[in-house]
Amino acid sequence: MLIKICPDGFDPWQEIHTYQQSALSTLAGKIGATSVFVGTMRDFNEGDQVKGMTLEHYPGMTEKQLAKIIADAQAQWQLLDTLIVHRVGAILPDEAIVLVVVWSAHRGEAFDASRYIMEALKSKAPFWKKELLDSDQERWVSKNTDGYTTC
Amino acid sequence: MIMSIKVRYFASLKDRVGRAEDTLDSSKLSTVRSVWCAANPDETLPDNILAAVNMDYVELDSPVKEGDEVAFFPPVTGG
Repeated sequence: MLIKICPDGFDPWQEIHTYQQSALSTLAGKIGATSVFVGTMRDFNEGDQVKGMTLEHYPGMTEKQLAKIIADAQAQWQLLDTLIVHRVGAILPDEAIVLVVVWSAHRGEAFDASRYIMEALKSKAPFWKKELLDSDQERWVSKNTDGYTTC
Repeated sequence: MIMSIKVRYFASLKDRVGRAEDTLDSSKLSTVRSVWCAANPDETLPDNILAAVNMDYVELDSPVKEGDEVAFFPPVTGG
């Protein structure tokens, strides 16, 4: 299990590759499913164009809560390993914000645990987004949505 | 007994109170809510604010003890 808070940009695919090479070598032949979720920054939100964002976090508590979320997932599903990478600091549209990867023997656990971890992260992990609009106005994002497109 | 508590604020709440942290030394600290009141006597605790003690979520009526780190912050918006 690895939880990584990144103050600089990261390549999610490189993170997965590096972790698989280093930490998962003992699981050769055991992995039947890898579920990957990558969240990236949009250039729009709530009807406004957004040109940048700053992500604040609570060092220590963020890692503690993410570890609890993973432990909760491990208690519910048989997982082989889990990786969470989350960006903090200044971020631009199209850059990765979050990566959640779950490895398991079968797809059901990987799909279900990945969704659980991502939704729990959204509601419990202490990160906060401040948007910089095209108009140069700054605003804090007040709450996370349910994750579906609204018309 | 005088209790020493570190208080931290994050995100929009940090902007609202105008500081990132306080250190309180007081004999009137019993719960998380009392910590807020001691640190911010002129500011009502906003409705949607979350609280943590030593980096675990707690209710506002949870007790505090000497040396605790109490944090107040708005709903989280990561991911």
